[in-house]
Amino acid sequence: MRLTIEHTTRYSYDQPQRRISQSLRMVPASFEGQRVLDWEISCEGGTIGAEFTDGAGDEVKTLTVSGPVEQIEIVVRGTVETADTTGILKKHKEVIHPTVYLRDTRLTDPDGGIRVIAATARDSYPDDQLGLAHELARQTAERVVYTPGTTDQDVTATQALEAGMGVCQDQAHVLISLARCAGLPARYVTGYLHSTSDGASHEASHAWAEVFVKDIGWVGFDPANTCCPDERHIRLGSGLDALEAAPVRGISFGSGEETMDFSLSVSQTSSQSQQ
Amino acid sequence: MAQSVVRWGMTKRPDFFNEMIDGGSIRPAYQKITQWFDSQGEETLALKKAEAETLFRRIGITFAVYDDTGNTERLIPFDLMPRVFTEREWSTLERGVKQRSRALNAFLWDVYHRGEIVRSGRIPADLVYKNAAYEPCVAGIAPALNIYSHIVGTDLVRTGLDEFYVLEDNCRTPSGVSYMLENREIMMRMCPELFRSARIAPVDGYPDMLRKTLHEVAPVKCDGEPTAVILTPGAFNSAYYEHSFLADQMGLDLVEGQDLFVDGDFVYMRTTRGPQRVDVIYRRIDDSFLDPLCFRPDSMLGVPGLMNVYRSGGVQICSAPGAGVADDKAIYTYVPDMVRFYLGEEPILKNVPTWRCGEQDSYKYVMENLADLVVKEVHGSGGYGMLVGPASTKDEIASFAERIRKNPHNYIAQPTLALSTNPTFVESGLAPRHVDLRPYCLMGKEVRLTPGGLTRVALNEGSLVVNSSQGGGVKDTWIVAD
Repeated sequence: MRLTIEHTTRYSYDQPQRRISQSLRMVPASFEGQRVLDWEISCEGGTIGAEFTDGAGDEVKTLTVSGPVEQIEIVVRGTVETADTTGILKKHKEVIHPTVYLRDTRLTDPDGGIRVIAATARDSYPDDQLGLAHELARQTAERVVYTPGTTDQDVTATQALEAGMGVCQDQAHVLISLARCAGLPARYVTGYLHSTSDGASHEASHAWAEVFVKDIGWVGFDPANTCCPDERHIRLGSGLDALEAAPVRGISFGSGEETMDFSLSVSQTSSQSQQ
Repeated sequence: MAQSVVRWGMTKRPDFFNEMIDGGSIRPAYQKITQWFDSQGEETLALKKAEAETLFRRIGITFAVYDDTGNTERLIPFDLMPRVFTEREWSTLERGVKQRSRALNAFLWDVYHRGEIVRSGRIPADLVYKNAAYEPCVAGIAPALNIYSHIVGTDLVRTGLDEFYVLEDNCRTPSGVSYMLENREIMMRMCPELFRSARIAPVDGYPDMLRKTLHEVAPVKCDGEPTAVILTPGAFNSAYYEHSFLADQMGLDLVEGQDLFVDGDFVYMRTTRGPQRVDVIYRRIDDSFLDPLCFRPDSMLGVPGLMNVYRSGGVQICSAPGAGVADDKAIYTYVPDMVRFYLGEEPILKNVPTWRCGEQDSYKYVMENLADLVVKEVHGSGGYGMLVGPASTKDEIASFAERIRKNPHNYIAQPTLALSTNPTFVESGLAPRHVDLRPYCLMGKEVRLTPGGLTRVALNEGSLVVNSSQGGGVKDTWIVAD
């Protein structure tokens, strides 16, 4: 599937800022099932530099803006050719050892409830890591009902499970926490989702989880759509949790409030090159 | 020697190696200094001691001690009696410290790349990759010259004539080097005649060597003469004196996070002449405070975007972020294996035998023998949160046992070493006190080691804890020609 992304993120400040610094994780990598045809990030009035590819295989850029500045607009435009690899991340270049992803963070720290679910599932799938991962994803979707617009960014996995509902970020955190408890490395993945007219797909700016399964590698699970990521998903970047994987991590120097809004479209483009 | 002002006879403790006295006689290395003290007379000596203390106060070496009530500034006690090594003794230590520093750096490069030492089964993956000091954000990133720890502080103790052990490695930002330099300064004023007659190796080349090292690890993107700065958390930090002292000695700018900013590909320092590009940052702040865009989002000490510039090769940070995984106390036990694995050499310096309480057999042994052991927190430092079994009451041991039981992985245990003693001035004259030694090894294009280091002394009788926060003092350390 050939998908075109147009994504504009706008940060506005009610008072001029002296300086803005942002770390951008907004460039998809190419691997089997995802080929970047063209991709461009721009920000008028700002400098984009200090680019590198991190150990997880994500391309990171740095945006700096010298003030006084009251508003910035990050414009992302690109086209990606995707294919369904049954959720398996194949030929993705990365160097971080999977064991790293057994670490918990403040957002994924498990409590008694999460531990019990993880232990029960593990007992049901003693020698089947893939089966276990699917079971945990199923439990997540069932116990944390996908409900758009319900939570804020700072909700932890245990809070989401207790609430019994949440957005894709909450579901991903719960699944990650469960998987790590069950001994499977897991990480947070951000990306874009193409909503087909027939399906009941959700937010175009999306998040899901990847679980490391022995002998297979990283496998994606999207509890919000009760599926594994397929050709509708564009994978942007990953991290131990939503904070680490965030497409934009920024700070601004100055007083006053910051507001963020964005527009995003993920559309299918006809392509001549399809076989 | 009957008229001797200082009582050389001192109580002999046959179980501890006395660095100055061999049976009834004074070891050759200490001949000159003892003669000098003897020639001074009691009054002169008292004056010298007072003068040394005044000097210290005037120079201003104080340090903050952390306790329940907050920070207290305190003067670190300086002992007039130097610690002396022969050149022969030092050459073994020097080779050992340099070897260890090379192995630790090879380990750091390895675990942030292919992790061969883990793949080969020599170190468990969990110990490295789940370690809080391991920073996944620098995996795959190669610092200049592949060096992570540019200043390695190796803590050494002695138990016999040729018996030395490494207590721990400090790969992040080992402190105390300013004392090494100041102690020498004071001794040279106290007994200038000795520095003329005895061949004592100089230590004053250290700041120059450090500056050279910092310049050598400038990133590839730096095309001219590199600009290096020292990054401090600020005046409230316990080692602030040292930060400003070193900046002054090296002629570098001392900056705080707010003095630096990122623009495009580089880091700049605000100066009165406008922004100046910075190529090398000798940071004296912890990883987690370096950059709120990469580590703690609430940190105000760091520079937003710094880690991105570092990772894209625009600036070198010394020590490199993530270097701490090499000096973790649980990793420590594997350093001799690192020396063999990366260098293909036999370790020159010995490790103290260590039990990892997280391992079942070790746990059992440790819990049964707490009264004889020293137990430390894996991530602790500064002598806090440790148990010295032989010096503790039954109640103290019992409550510490409870802490270990709750979280065994957090503790390691070592036998109580018979640490060597060095004569030290106390109220009643000279008395043997336990000492350790921290040399500072510099890693750049060359491996450099100043002859000497910081000797710390446990001033309380019988105490084995030399940390300045726990009643420790310092001594000048001499390497003399054989």
